[in-house]
Amino acid sequence: MFDNKFSWLLLLSLWLPACSQTQETTLANGLRVIVQQDHRSPVVVSQIWYRVGSQDEPEGITGISHALEHMMFKGTAKHGPNEFSRIIAENGGRENAFTSYDYTAYFQQLEKSRLPISFELEADRLQNLTLADEEFRKEIKVVMEERRWRTDDQPEAIVQEKFMTTAYQAHPYRHPVIGSMTDLESMTAKELRDWYGHWYAPADAILVVVGDVEPKEVIAQAQKYFGQIPARSFERAKEVVEPEQKGERRIRVAVPAEVPYLLMGYHAPVHASAGRGGDVAEWEPYALSVLIGILDGGQAARFERELVREKKLAASIGTDYSAVGRSPGLLTIDATPANGHTVAELEQAIRAQIEQIKKEPVTAEELKRVKAQVVASNVFSRDSVFYQAMQIGRLAAVGLDWHMIDDYPDKLMAVTAEQVQTVARKYLVDANLTVAVLDPQPMGKGQRRMLRPQGGSDVR
Amino acid sequence: MFGRNRVFFQLPLSREGGRGQGVRVPNFGTTTFLRAWILALCFIAFVPQVEAGPKIQQWTLDNGVRVYFVETHELPMLQIRAVFDAGASRDPANRAGLARLTSAMLDEGAGDLTADDIASRFEGLGAEFGAGVDRDMATVDLRSLSDSALLDPALDLFSKILSAPSFPAASLERNRAQALVALQKDMQSPGAIADKAFYRELYGDHPYAHDPQGDESSLKAITRDDLQTQYRSYFVGANAWLVIVGDASLRQARKIAERVIGHLPTGQAAVPIPLVSALDAPRQKQVAFPATQTHIILGQPGMRRGDPDYFPLYVGNYILGGGGLVSRLSMEVREKRGLSYSVYSYFLPLRMAGPLVIGLQTKNAQRDQALKLVRQVISDFVAKGPTEEELNAAKKHITGGFPLRLDSNGKIAENLAVIAFYGLPLTYLDDFIPRIEAVTAEQIRNAFRQRVHPDQMVTVIVGGGR
Repeated sequence: MFDNKFSWLLLLSLWLPACSQTQETTLANGLRVIVQQDHRSPVVVSQIWYRVGSQDEPEGITGISHALEHMMFKGTAKHGPNEFSRIIAENGGRENAFTSYDYTAYFQQLEKSRLPISFELEADRLQNLTLADEEFRKEIKVVMEERRWRTDDQPEAIVQEKFMTTAYQAHPYRHPVIGSMTDLESMTAKELRDWYGHWYAPADAILVVVGDVEPKEVIAQAQKYFGQIPARSFERAKEVVEPEQKGERRIRVAVPAEVPYLLMGYHAPVHASAGRGGDVAEWEPYALSVLIGILDGGQAARFERELVREKKLAASIGTDYSAVGRSPGLLTIDATPANGHTVAELEQAIRAQIEQIKKEPVTAEELKRVKAQVVASNVFSRDSVFYQAMQIGRLAAVGLDWHMIDDYPDKLMAVTAEQVQTVARKYLVDANLTVAVLDPQPMGKGQRRMLRPQGGSDVR
Repeated sequence: MFGRNRVFFQLPLSREGGRGQGVRVPNFGTTTFLRAWILALCFIAFVPQVEAGPKIQQWTLDNGVRVYFVETHELPMLQIRAVFDAGASRDPANRAGLARLTSAMLDEGAGDLTADDIASRFEGLGAEFGAGVDRDMATVDLRSLSDSALLDPALDLFSKILSAPSFPAASLERNRAQALVALQKDMQSPGAIADKAFYRELYGDHPYAHDPQGDESSLKAITRDDLQTQYRSYFVGANAWLVIVGDASLRQARKIAERVIGHLPTGQAAVPIPLVSALDAPRQKQVAFPATQTHIILGQPGMRRGDPDYFPLYVGNYILGGGGLVSRLSMEVREKRGLSYSVYSYFLPLRMAGPLVIGLQTKNAQRDQALKLVRQVISDFVAKGPTEEELNAAKKHITGGFPLRLDSNGKIAENLAVIAFYGLPLTYLDDFIPRIEAVTAEQIRNAFRQRVHPDQMVTVIVGGGR
């Protein structure tokens, strides 16, 4: 989430091969099928995206989309628990799944002739999942271990979780994707069965296939395996709109840790909320993307150059902004102060950088650099079949037209220094800002040791 | 963070919860450990035939640099990796972290160019530069578009970094300070603490023992002279390999190699690092740490690259704990009992015996139960070996997924670097599937019985509760 450099490149990599290579159809039951050709290697990736994520979860069952994702591997009437994984493995495949705020997705990477195997299994678990109580009791323990590993034992992850809860007061982005521990503890298989029954309908899903395949054949196969699934209507709850923030929010998170940490975030629009007649212009998310590139798109960008190398205030710093989300998101900056500097100093320096962006237009050279990265990243991203599918799937899953990929580079290239300044002035304002600070507490009795090579107590 | 065998991708904005297993990757260098991890598990082919590797062209420059080239024209890009026998195992006594710091300092200045110059030139061309180390290798990477207007200046800059790094004193101080903060952050991560303790216990006095990031006192002791000495000793032709993959003809690749690295002095190949001694008794190290989970790592010296038992051990490990959620460890620990999100085993073959690593995390109260179970699964596998059914499934997985292992320029380059550095045969990828197919259950059983000693492992336990 806060790994800026990576997301910046991903963001730029939205520019993919022209749509002549890509075909879309919708089956009678509402399932969308999108196929993109890449004939470099005899492989295929298949992903199915469900438009349900943690933001759809009511209080009390947070984490249920992700828990269901785990249970999707636990068997149907036809295939027992873990059979899915076993069959894909025996076919040389790699498979996994992921859940986010906006969607839940499952994927397989295979040698190209094995695509029907993936379709057969994926169509089966779309409609016939068992969700047995006994399997659930075991798997929810795995999810709790995942939460401990991912969040509870990681000071910065705790800060990120508390930060989201502060930045969003009404919108369900305030809930962690993995769910709260108390919700996981009280979750039942019955609740998962209801969740599955509600959301896993063909009309809520998008099948994305990229690789050394012929679209006509893929669509015929999709029809064969997914076509018989009955159409089912379902209702999506009304989207909660996060009210305007109107005033800076700050939290201090006190947990055992060695190193302080700063996380700042401004509410920011996304493509899904722009250019729809409201007060967000269509170009604004593009300008924010370029702004991120200016601040943090590499070693030559302002944060690295000025805050890390020149002023030596930050030991590390990153930014993140994704314009691809179902609901308005955040532009975040996270940083660790260099030794001898405080979080407060670092925050002031970051704020000064932001004021500078608002005060003076970015230079032509900076714009040129960002645009050169746009061009190159477009090509680099096509080296991965998997990324290509990811980009199409993400756009479609948050309700955007994936054809925007074709115009994406042009739209980024068209961003002007003035537009960058405009979005900075509009969104990077104090009243729209949330700041979270990690205040390290002692790690425990006899534990406070600075960099002692051996570390900890020692029992052989 | 969410790929089963580690990261395939990471999405922006949304923090993903995934089902996959994670294995902690030490965050030194750029992607070095990740590469090693991937290579420990897999290998591959590119285009036309499913069962053949890419066509590798190989030659040697006058200064001794061995060049490996694969031509692919589908995308207008070029991937270059220079490899030096200059990994963390080359750190002198009391200078742990020197190799990594030297690597991190390469783009801090070259000739009369400053760090700002280098960064803005590369990025202004859309090129990507990276450098990193693992225990064996130092790697320096360039990815550029193949359009000569962009490629030529990127190559010149890359060449200058390799041949004339200036290691500015002020940059060293900053990099040192950053490295110290990174070390400090590791002290709040039970996974990092466990990983470091594991290598220390396993390798004792061997150069694989220390943390490639160094420690507080070694980092503080490193001088600019140390960096220059390190660079002059190891960044030489006789100690280097160059991998080129992408949109260039052989003629162009020959010129590129010359241009990038042909002017390094020949120098001398680094002397071999010492052999790794086997453990003669079990060792256990326990570190109290305020966390909800306990991290457990078990292991022993495993194997070197090119080991005669490589294939039986590789296939056997897939069955034991390498095969994601279908491995024995995963079935017993995770799927049947819900004890851990991530449980795994892998061999990390290095120049000398790299480790066999078996790991998991579980809530503190389940520590003893999980540890006992893992030991039992390992002992059982070593004693009895795999079933025919397991062996067949493993072979089908490894051979059936062969095309996935070389389906991008990036993956080909990583494979080539391993083949080059470890001196594997050029036919290594072509031979891979037949070698896998030839493995028998008997060979696996024998290799594990001879090589894996469940009663003489290092066990590291970090956790215990707040």
